[in-house]
This record gives sequence, structure tokens and C-alpha cells, in this order.
Amino acid sequence: MNRSFIARNPSVLVFLSLLALFTLTVSVLAEGFGVGLISTSFVKTLGKTLCLCLIAVAMDLIWGYTGILSLGHFAFFGLGGYMIGMWLMYERTRQIVVTSLADGVLPPTPEEVEAAIGNQIFGVVGSSDFPLIWAFADSLTLQLALVVIVPGVLALVFGWLAFRSRVTGVYLSILTQAMTLGLSLYLFQNASGLRGNNGLSGLQNLPGITAPQSAVSLWFFWASALALGLGYLLVAWVVSGKFGSVIRGIRDNEARVRFLGYSVESYKLAVFTLTACISGIAGALYYPQAGIINPAEVAPIASIYLAVWVAIGGRGRLYGAVIGTAFVSLVSSWFTGGQAPDINLGFYTVKWVDWWLILLGLSFVLVTLYAPRGMSGLIDALPRRKGEDA
Amino acid sequence: MVIAPSPFDLPESPSLMKTLLLAALAALLLTNAAPAQTTPVQDILQSQSDLIMKSSRRTIGPAIDAIADSGLPQMQSVLEAWRAKDMWQRKSDGLFFAASKNDDGTLKLRSFEDNAVVGDVARNTLIQLKPNSGIRAMIATALVQFQLSDPDPTKRHAALDSISRDPDAALLAPLRASINGEDDAALLARKTRLNNLMTMTYDPDEASRVAAINAMAGDLGLDFRGTLNPLLITKMTVAKTGTTPDANVAAQLTPGTDALSRSAAYAILVDAGLAPPLVTQDARDDALRANIVAGYVADTPVAQLSTEAKRDAAYDALAAQSLAAPRVTDTDITVRLSEHQFFEVYAEPSPAVTTAAKAALAKSESRVAASQMVDLGLDALSLASIYFLAAIGLAITFGVMGVINMAHGEFIMLGAYTGYVVQLFVPNHTLSIIIAVPMAFAVTFAAGVALERLVIRWLYHRPLETLLATFGVSIALQQLAKNIFGTQARPLTSPTWLDGAWAINDVVSISYIRIAIFILALMFLGLFLFIMRRTRLGLETRAATQNPRMASSMGINTDRVNMLTFGLGSGIAGIAGVAIGLFAKVTSEMGGDYIVQSFMTVVVGGVGNIWGTLAGAAMIGGFQKGVEWLNPSNTLAAQTYMIVFIIIFIQFRPRGIIALKGRAAGD
Amino acid sequence: MSTLLEVSGVTVSFDGFRAINNLSFQIGRAELRAVIGPNGAGKTTFMDIVTGKTRPDDGHILWGDKSISLVGMSEAKIVQAGIGRKFQKPTVFEDQSVQENLLMALRKNRSPLSVLFYRPNAADLARVAELAAEIGLDDALLRLSGELSHGQKQWLEIGMLLAQDPRLLLVDEPAAGMTPAEREKTTTILKEAAKTRAVVVVEHDMEFVRRLNCKVTVLHEGAVLAEGSLDHVTKNQDVIDVYLGR
Repeated sequence: MNRSFIARNPSVLVFLSLLALFTLTVSVLAEGFGVGLISTSFVKTLGKTLCLCLIAVAMDLIWGYTGILSLGHFAFFGLGGYMIGMWLMYERTRQIVVTSLADGVLPPTPEEVEAAIGNQIFGVVGSSDFPLIWAFADSLTLQLALVVIVPGVLALVFGWLAFRSRVTGVYLSILTQAMTLGLSLYLFQNASGLRGNNGLSGLQNLPGITAPQSAVSLWFFWASALALGLGYLLVAWVVSGKFGSVIRGIRDNEARVRFLGYSVESYKLAVFTLTACISGIAGALYYPQAGIINPAEVAPIASIYLAVWVAIGGRGRLYGAVIGTAFVSLVSSWFTGGQAPDINLGFYTVKWVDWWLILLGLSFVLVTLYAPRGMSGLIDALPRRKGEDA
Repeated sequence: MVIAPSPFDLPESPSLMKTLLLAALAALLLTNAAPAQTTPVQDILQSQSDLIMKSSRRTIGPAIDAIADSGLPQMQSVLEAWRAKDMWQRKSDGLFFAASKNDDGTLKLRSFEDNAVVGDVARNTLIQLKPNSGIRAMIATALVQFQLSDPDPTKRHAALDSISRDPDAALLAPLRASINGEDDAALLARKTRLNNLMTMTYDPDEASRVAAINAMAGDLGLDFRGTLNPLLITKMTVAKTGTTPDANVAAQLTPGTDALSRSAAYAILVDAGLAPPLVTQDARDDALRANIVAGYVADTPVAQLSTEAKRDAAYDALAAQSLAAPRVTDTDITVRLSEHQFFEVYAEPSPAVTTAAKAALAKSESRVAASQMVDLGLDALSLASIYFLAAIGLAITFGVMGVINMAHGEFIMLGAYTGYVVQLFVPNHTLSIIIAVPMAFAVTFAAGVALERLVIRWLYHRPLETLLATFGVSIALQQLAKNIFGTQARPLTSPTWLDGAWAINDVVSISYIRIAIFILALMFLGLFLFIMRRTRLGLETRAATQNPRMASSMGINTDRVNMLTFGLGSGIAGIAGVAIGLFAKVTSEMGGDYIVQSFMTVVVGGVGNIWGTLAGAAMIGGFQKGVEWLNPSNTLAAQTYMIVFIIIFIQFRPRGIIALKGRAAGD
Repeated sequence: MSTLLEVSGVTVSFDGFRAINNLSFQIGRAELRAVIGPNGAGKTTFMDIVTGKTRPDDGHILWGDKSISLVGMSEAKIVQAGIGRKFQKPTVFEDQSVQENLLMALRKNRSPLSVLFYRPNAADLARVAELAAEIGLDDALLRLSGELSHGQKQWLEIGMLLAQDPRLLLVDEPAAGMTPAEREKTTTILKEAAKTRAVVVVEHDMEFVRRLNCKVTVLHEGAVLAEGSLDHVTKNQDVIDVYLGR
């Protein structure tokens, strides 16, 4: 990126510095480096949070900047996870199978290996044949490409159909939600070729890597931080120039932009597809840290939560999306993880596991009503600097 | 005839002893009188006595026939007693009696002639006849002819039930014999039908069988199809090429077609001993493993056997050394197959019968298919009613007011839980539903008004934010319900008069609850039209949504109108919740099952038009059922395809089926 | 004077209501034209049709030297062909600066990819400054356009139109809500623009039309009722009937 871009957008530099500092701190304190103040599972939680922040940045680009409230980006996130999960599961199963077959009297044939892998992976859905969509599962490079290509192509096709017919506003939101629902229902089927509601599991184990999880978790943490940094930089750059002007124009008055001679549909499609690709990458980094992906992850509700995080953080500001997501998802896992102390009122004990969602729902209503700019609106309340919009 | 009570039977008091003695005396007198009467039943029984007492399944036939064919009406009770192991033979004279146990362990004997009590006797003077299950079945068959003409219609129905459950050639004649005397119309119809069905299978005369089949061709009954199918059972046979099997051939099959794959055809040859079995991969690998000599299999190092081709070659080498059976090659298979012809042969020998049965079955099946279409239509209709019911509240809040209420599904849930709570206090199901409907309306109306007042009215010009805020309400309500009612499903029981189904024929049936929901949907449609077109509220709502500033300047309190309209839409969702709860489970997550479909219904139908919502519900319901029909095992796939279909449909009609045009559509 | 835009026999109806009824209209390459007519005469719908927002049920719209048909072209394509439109309500992008608004409107490649990599060069910035001067906003270049006064927003919008460098300008009620001084300035801007291109002004205000001093087309019930100089049409009995009521 050119110098003037960073110079014109000091907040990007601030963000990247803070991210680097955070990454360094966590790394030094993590178990993997021996200090052990931060447990491996918490490193994973933080790494996953960074991935969620990345998809939130994408969500902010499509919603906060372009004005399209997509309730479908978690579908792209999940697809990214599935794509990398396919390779992880295939390769790891292959290594196990090859080791176990090596004990036989005859050396295994490729067909035997394939059949044994198929049996291992698809036994749970009563099948042993590889579906066509697993054709590239043996190639890390191709599956990595698919992490971007599959969500991108789905977004391109869906977006082309939806934008072409001028579906806008809440209608588009509902349509994207329907897309997510359709995808999750599809994945729930055993015939989907992705193990139905069992999903893909054991993703935390990297094939051929013997390093302990404490180290692997750190690698993924670094990768997530790097991806977030690059994603943030990319999105900040996209919104900084005339392209940013145009998409914000689309958000504020679509018809006017059209009468300036811009093909609004192409812009929407470009942003929709780009954000889908970013979401796919975020998902591909998230699920190896989570260890398992199943169709429930793709359910429409997840995408709505994403919108909630961005709204609470403050949309139209990239750091807002990051702050909101990090805050809500960490607090959420604190409350629902059972760490939060219950409140004993004498006649009733408030268990946070039960009441957190109610609190979240209501606080969300309050934020929408009274703080439409979200948490980053508080930052804006500080003395304003000109030209800072990212 | 001396009564000799066993020591165990000794009465304990003298007075009882006295009564017993008196009774014995009376019995003595009676039995003495008996031989004076004519005893045709006893005569026949005596004539078959040896066979009866031998009680062997192989030899008992003539005895049963003699009894059954005697034409004596008493024989029914003889057979019944025999079957129930209540027939005893007196040791002293070999006469047969029906006996029942008294409380004191003695037996009360009755004569078969007139059912008169013969007397109480000690058990050890009699032998009980204990027919085994085989004989009891034969007795039961013989009994049928009596039961078929039994004066009690329930017994006649029972007899017919037993025949249709377990038809047998022997029952055909008694069945036919009983038709003439039948005076009950329903029974007559059943007997005639059963006669027809049994004629098809059991009549020795081919022409009558064909006639019976033709007479019922096209019938929808499961019993009819159940009778025809066994007639059309085929099995595969093989014949040398150029010959035809001496049997009722259904079809000749060519190997390598869909009907008979090459491997299946070859397997038949193997089973028939006409070809050597294939060497399976497992058998090949076993042979290889068995023949490893110092790390080599027939000159190939074991380490090299890591491809199929290498293993095949090694095996062939083994076969060449006669260490294994040679592999059957593809050429071998081709040769063997060309030497044989494959036929499907009917088990039923008569071609006339199979042809008629095939034609009749085809006719029935095409009528069944037609009926299934009707059934599918009814299914689709009821699904459409459910969607319509779930969506009609949205048609008001979203369609008319333009408010996206993501908590709409939770209002449905609220209504269903209201019904559940009402049932906790009012056990009568009919009454509780009657109370629950207005209660559910009241609760969700209040919830709707509260939501409108507290949240939505601040966001009228920010639809996306309404979506998010109401989503917050939705998750809060869902969790609240979970906290109160737990995660497991709660029952909402429908009144008994809604149980059961209206069966139009063996294929088409519709449950009463679905009819009720259909009627409810129609009522709501009427209610909606009435409120929107005929009431002040409807007029004001339309005015306030089309041009709020104009409306308020004309003295319409738009705040109040919005509040009431939103409450109304929410209240209807509550009633829909009661209806949905009656057939689906009531859980805190049930709202989520309907929300996306409901929005789709409204969007696909065309926003702002109730007929559009109706059309949308009909289309989505119809499409979903259609896909389910094509792929019945997979409702998930049906929903997936439905969503894809909707997305594509929106391409062609972005504003829905019934679209507002021009400026009214408001770009 | 050759014809730039030729509309002939165009008809549009909404749910049975004929908003435009067999309308024919022509304008030359450098001409100022005022379109007047009572409410519901079809003025806005006429603009919607030319700019591709509404598709006509019937009729032809031919454009430019090659007489391309505009029927069925997308809005963006029509704009790129050289037709600019200013809406009744001033619509500028309020949370962006005047400079950003004008840069967006500047006649440049509008494809997403080239826009993504576009960075304004000195010539573009100079052109923007020049335009800003033309509409009197040269000292407000970096202000958010939401902070501008109503009249300034109207000028900004006209400036954005000029930045597009269109061959035909469609202007809907530019003088609405302006002070007399602002009107004066608006008139000057429009007259200046019409020297090099065609300008169609839809206006209610007769005084403003008179000041434009141009040929006038009177629309009524979706068709042309009269055409000519303002004095000519105001003497036309049909026009008087329509405006004063029968």
C-alpha cells in the first residue's frame, strides 16, 4: 500500500500497531512459550476471536459501508471451514490408514487405501464412497484455493441473481437469510457428502505435525492475527478512495449513484463477493482452532449474531466492527462458559448461562435504539479528527 | 355310574356333604334318562372317536370333516369346545362332553345335544382332549362355516376378519355357501368382496379366476392389490440359448441392461451351477497371502504387490501353477452369458390369470397414482394453510406496515405456550382450546403493543435496524421461554374430536386437525379482509401506512393506529401458535422454524397484498410437497430446493406473485 | 439545428392510468428548454422514461448522432451515454465532502476495478476546483455536503451534473425553495450550461421560466399541449384552460 494511504488513515496504523502488540503479548505469555500465563485453550479462544473479527471487518464492508445487511456471511465462513476441513480430515485419515494398513502381509494398493479412508470418513453416514466434491481433498493447494473460490463463486452467483433483480433492503436481508438456511439444510443431509450433521471433526490435528497443541495453537493464532491485519488493511484501502465514496453513496442513496452513471449492481456484486472470500478465509482459520465444524455453525442465527457484533461495535468504522466482535464474543464465551459467578438473590439464583442471552438480546435493543453508532460512537465523541473514516 | 370323590375332594362339613350327595343323585337320574333320547351328535363323535382320541394332525382331517359336514347345528359348539380344550371323554363309556371347572375342582358336564347339565364329576373320571395348535387351526377352519352363518353379526365379522387375515383354499366353499343366506348389507358386501378375492387365488377354474380379477380391475383397495401381487411374483430362471423354459414366462432379460446387469446375470449362472464363481478380491488376496514363499509370490516380491494389476498378475501366475483357481475373465463371462438366456417366470402357472392380474394391477396402480395426486394436493393444501397461518400476522405487520419483526416467530411460540399453560389449568381439551385462542390473542396482542411502543415506533424509518432490534427481542424471548418451560417439548393436546382422519378411500385421507387448520386459515383470511376493508381501523391503517403525514393531518392518530395494527398482527400470530402447537411440538425454538418460511411466503406472494400471501403460501406449500413426492425420503432436500426455487423465482417476479405497480410500489 | 434527443409516440400506464399518452418531444444539441404543466401532467414520469427508470409500454426514444434507442438500456448506461439528471429533492451524499461528491461525478471510467485503483491526479483536482468555483462552492471543498445550505446543495448537485459533462441535462425544479438571489445564480448556471449542451428544465414557477427566456413545452395529461415561447404559450387558450381550470 502506498504511503499516502497510511498517512491519510492514521487509525489503520494505530490498529495494526495495537494488533501487533496484542499478538506479541499473547505469544510471550502463552503456554507454547513456556510462561504459561495463558492456557492453550484460551490462546485458541483468542485466535478464534481474531477470525471472528476478520469476518466482522468483511461484514462492516458489506453492511456498514455498502448498506447491504447480509444475513448470509456466516454461510461463507462455514464453507471456508468446510473446504480446509476436508483436506485436514482426508490427509489425517490417510496417514492413519496407511500406518494401519502397513501392518498387513501385502503392501496396500491405492484402491485399498482410498476405500479405507472412505470407510473411516463416511462410515458415520452409512457410506464409504467419496462424493465428487471430495475430488481435490488430497491436495492442500487446491483445497486452499477452494477456501476462497467456493464462497466467492456462491456469492457471485447468488449476488448476481439478487442484485440483478434489484432486491434491496430488508428483502435482500431475508433472501440472504434464506440462502443460509438453504445451505445449512443442505449440509444437514447425509447425502450432502459432508457427513451430514456429524460435520467434519478432528480438525485441530494437523496431519504430519507432531508438535503439541500448545505450539499449534500459537501458529494458528499468529496466522489469524496476520490474516486480520492484512484483511483490515485491504478493506481500509478499499474504502479509502473513490471506490469507498461510491459504495457509501450506494448505502445512502442507491438511485442517485445509478444516475451518476455507476452500475450499482456491479459494485454491490464486487463487494459481496470480496467479503465472501474474506469470510471464507476467516472460516478456514477458525475451524482448525475450533476442531469441529457442523451444519449448525452455518445456521441463519450465526449470521445474525455477526450483524449484532458489528452493530454493537459500530458499523461504518472498521475498528468498531473489531471492537464489537472481540468484546461481545469474549464476554459471551465468559458468560456461557460458566466462569461468570451466579448472582444469588435469595429467592432466585441468576445463572448467567441461562440469562446471558436475554441480557444480550435486550442490550442489543438498547444499542439499536440509543446508540446507533455503537461502541465506536464513544470514540467518535472524543475530539474529532478530519478525514478519519477507517 | 358311581361318583367317587377323591380324598382331596372330601367336603369339610356334613351339610355340604349332604347337598353334594343330593346333587349327585339328581345327576344320576338325569344321565340315566339321557340314553332314551336320540343322540346324533354323540353318534357322529363316537364314530370318529378313535381318530379324535388319537389327536394327530395327520389323521384328524376326516374326523373334523365328518363333524363339520354333518349339518348338525350343535357341531359349532362341539368344535368350539374342542378347540378351547373344553371337550372331555368319559373314561367309563367313551362319551364326549363339554366340561367346565367348578370351584371345588370337579367338572360340570354338559351334553352336546342340548347343552343340558349332565352333572358334576371328579376330574379323574374323564380324559381331556388337548388338540395341538395344528389341529386347533384345522378346527378353526372348520368352524368358519358355522361362524359365517352365526346369528351374531359380530361373530360373522370376526369370521371374515380371520379369513382375510389368513385366507385358505378350504375356506372358499363355506364362504360361498354363506353368501346366499346373508341379510346384513355390509356383511354381504364384505363376503362378496372376499369371495372375489379368494376366487382369484384359490378357485380351480381358470375362467372364474380371470373373471374375478377383471371384475375388480382398477379397485383401490390394499386387499385387492395384496391379492394380485403374489399372483405376479416371478423368479429368475436360466435356459440354454435356443430353448425356452416350460413355464409361464413373464419376460426374457438381456444381460447388461438395467433390468439385469452382467454381474447379476453371471451370479445367477454361478448359483445355478452353470459357471465357475468369480475370484473376489478378498479371495485373490487370501490366495496370495497363502502362497508367500520366502517373500515371494510366484516370483514376484511381496513388496511389489501394491497395485491391483500386479496382484492380478501374481495371482494368474499362481493359477498357471495350479495353486489357485483361474480367474474368470471378462471374455469368460461374455461367453457364458451368450450360452444362456434369462427368463423371469411367474410362480403362477396360468398365463391367462397373470395377464389379467397384470392388466388389473396396472389399472389399479394408475388409479392409485391419481388418488395419490389428490392426496398430495391435500397435503400441499394443508401445508399451505400452515404457512398461511404462520404468515398472516406478518402480512399485517410486514406486508401492510412494512415492519420487519424478527420476533414474529416468538409470538407464535408465545401463543403456543399460552395454550399449554391454559391446558395445565383446564383439563378439558375442548374447553381449554376455546379459552386458549382468545387468551393467546390477548397475550401476544399485549406483547405486540409493548414491542411497538417500546422499540419499533422509534425505528419506523430504519427498517434494517428494526430487523436487528426485533432480533434482539427474539433471542431474549426465546431464552426466557427456555428458562421458564425448559428445553423439552411441551404437549398441546387437541380435543378428541379432532383426532383421526377423514379417509376418502384407501389412498386418500386427511386428518381432521389439518381440515381444522385449513378452516382456521380461511377464517383468518376472511377476518383480515373484513378488518382491512370494512372497518375504521383498516381504513386508518391503510391511510397511515400509505401516507402517514397526510393521514395525521386528517385527524388520524397514526401512533394509535400503528400500535393497534401491530398488536393485531401479533395477536393473530399468537392464535396461529395455538393451531401450530396442536400438531407440532411446542418448544422455545419453534418460532425459528416458521420465521424464514413466513417471510418468504409474504415476499414471494407480494408485499402488501393478502391474496399474494395466500398465493405465496400455496406456491411454497405446493412446491415443497411436490419435491417431497419426487424424493419422499428427504424433507431436508425439499426445503433446500424450495429456497433455491424462491431465490430464482424472485428473479422473475422481484415484487412477488401479486405485485403493486407504478408509483404505489414506492421505489 | 440537428436533433439530440427524439421521443416519439411514447405511452406509459400504471395500473390502467395513462401517465404518458403518445408523447412526442425533440431537443437540439445546444438548447435550453423549459417543460411546464400542472400537477400530474407527467413531467417527472417523462424524465423517468428518458433516464431509463421507467420503461415505456410503447414508442421510441432515439439519442445522439447514431440515433441509438434508449429503450431497455440500464440507467447507468444511459448516464454514460451522456444524459444527466437532477432530482426534485436535492440528493447529494451528505456524509461526504463536496470534493468527494464532485470527484465521484467526474467523467471517468466507472467500472468497479478502475474506480478501485483510481487516485485523483492534479488535473482532476483542478477540474473539481474549477467546477466548485462555477457553482460558488470553491471555499467549501472539504466541508461535508450535509452541512451545506439547501441552495448550496442544489448547486452542488448541478455541479455534479456538470462534472459528468453530459450532452443533455434534465433538471427537475431547480429553483424550489431558493431565495431570489440563489435563483438568480441558478439561472445563470443553467443558461451558461445550455451554451454547450441541451438542458431541459422542469419547473412550476412561471417567473423562473420567464427568466430562463427559452422555448417552453407545456405538458398536460401525459401529452404535449403547446410549444413555443413563453408569451406564445401563455396566450394559448388550451393552456389557460388547463392552468385556470375549466
